[in-house]
Amino acid sequence: MSLKKVLFAPITENNPIALQILGICSALAVTTKLETAFVMCIAVTLVTAFSNFFVSLIRNHVPSSIRIIVMMTVIASLVIVTDQLLKAFVYDIAKSMSVYVGLIITNCIVMGRAEAYAMKNGPITSFIDGLGNGLGYSIVLIFVAFFRELFGSGKLLGFEVLPTVGNGGFYQTNGMALLAPSAFFLIGIFIWGLRTWKVDQVEKE
Amino acid sequence: MKSETGKTLLVALILCIVCSVLVSGAAVSLRPMQQVNIKLDVKKNLLVAAGLIKSTAKREEIEAAYKNVKPLLVDLASGEVVEGDVENYNQKKAAKDPKQNIMIERSIDKGSIKMRAKIAKAYLIQEDGVTTMLVLPVHGKGLWSTMYGFLVLEPSTTIVKGIGYYAHGETPGLGGEIDNPSWKATWAGKKLLNDSFEPVLKVVKGTAKTDTEIDGLSGATLTSNGVSGTIQYWLGKDGFGPFLAKFREGGIQ
Repeated sequence: MSLKKVLFAPITENNPIALQILGICSALAVTTKLETAFVMCIAVTLVTAFSNFFVSLIRNHVPSSIRIIVMMTVIASLVIVTDQLLKAFVYDIAKSMSVYVGLIITNCIVMGRAEAYAMKNGPITSFIDGLGNGLGYSIVLIFVAFFRELFGSGKLLGFEVLPTVGNGGFYQTNGMALLAPSAFFLIGIFIWGLRTWKVDQVEKE
Repeated sequence: MKSETGKTLLVALILCIVCSVLVSGAAVSLRPMQQVNIKLDVKKNLLVAAGLIKSTAKREEIEAAYKNVKPLLVDLASGEVVEGDVENYNQKKAAKDPKQNIMIERSIDKGSIKMRAKIAKAYLIQEDGVTTMLVLPVHGKGLWSTMYGFLVLEPSTTIVKGIGYYAHGETPGLGGEIDNPSWKATWAGKKLLNDSFEPVLKVVKGTAKTDTEIDGLSGATLTSNGVSGTIQYWLGKDGFGPFLAKFREGGIQ
């Protein structure tokens, strides 16, 4: 597979959330605002890319009996470093993401790609695969966050788009959009749209 | 088989050393920047609760507005202001230190705090030497978490000027609505203490009918109760009561 394909395939053809159904948890948790979703996307993309890279580097030296715990250690270290960086440079956003940065450790995408891809491929392609899967994750997260912020608080990136009733406008905010279930519906719609377009992703009965 | 075990242990050991150096390196080298951020965030929340700046204010605006804030250390039992290093006093740490804390009797512990520091911080906001607002840091248990906030009072000490929580872990959209600006706005002008200076303000279920009631947060009864309890405790005799009495007498400037 060419590098370009490794990078872009996870966006539509093999999307981690829509097809592999990995990493749904954080897609529900941090998507009430676009801003936090962006930061989460960047954090997950970088962590996935670098964990793939490091796991791939040491893949020939890791005894298979402890490979999962080795991956966890690599991933956890990267996540803690990311968390520290966020707290030092973008404190407000780090605060609004609270525990979810730490929970990147348990994001199935990171672990899933390390086990499924990085253990079998070279460091460079693994790094690209991590970036690609991070991008695939980001697309879904930004899609969900766009609609949740727009309908839930009438804003986009903090700017008022639909003037809300509370501020003297016409738009009655949809409280449902701020709660986690709305993300399920939006991800469902995303998957439906994707599978209508790419018919081969539909599972056979 | 033996060499296999040896290799496993070696790989695990090397990995642990490399990772721990990486993690502790990041934690230690970034700590000073994080500390600055945390202090700035507390200042910002205080000023936002007092209505002096907007929540989007930049660092310079915060520092400029904070010049009008006079922090004090208060001995809660006597209500006296005590000397000390206000800037670096850590009330949260003191609350856990047996030498600096007291256990709160369950019957009066309305905010479910269990123990508190003997010395608390309080802030006066002054303009040309005249106190225009009093800011009291308060905390208490909500549904899931301890909620930390600032309660802003008029100089009469009986009327609320504003409130703002800066750290809590309540459910977003339900209890998390304690951050909602329009709910917080309903606090301004409410009657906090009655004529004998006992705390009377409460968060009620449904809509507030009198000036000693605050609208309840729908779907968040326990968070609302926690807010009520926090206010009742911290403004009572065991909380800032003696300090407020001293302040009303004009003993504190």
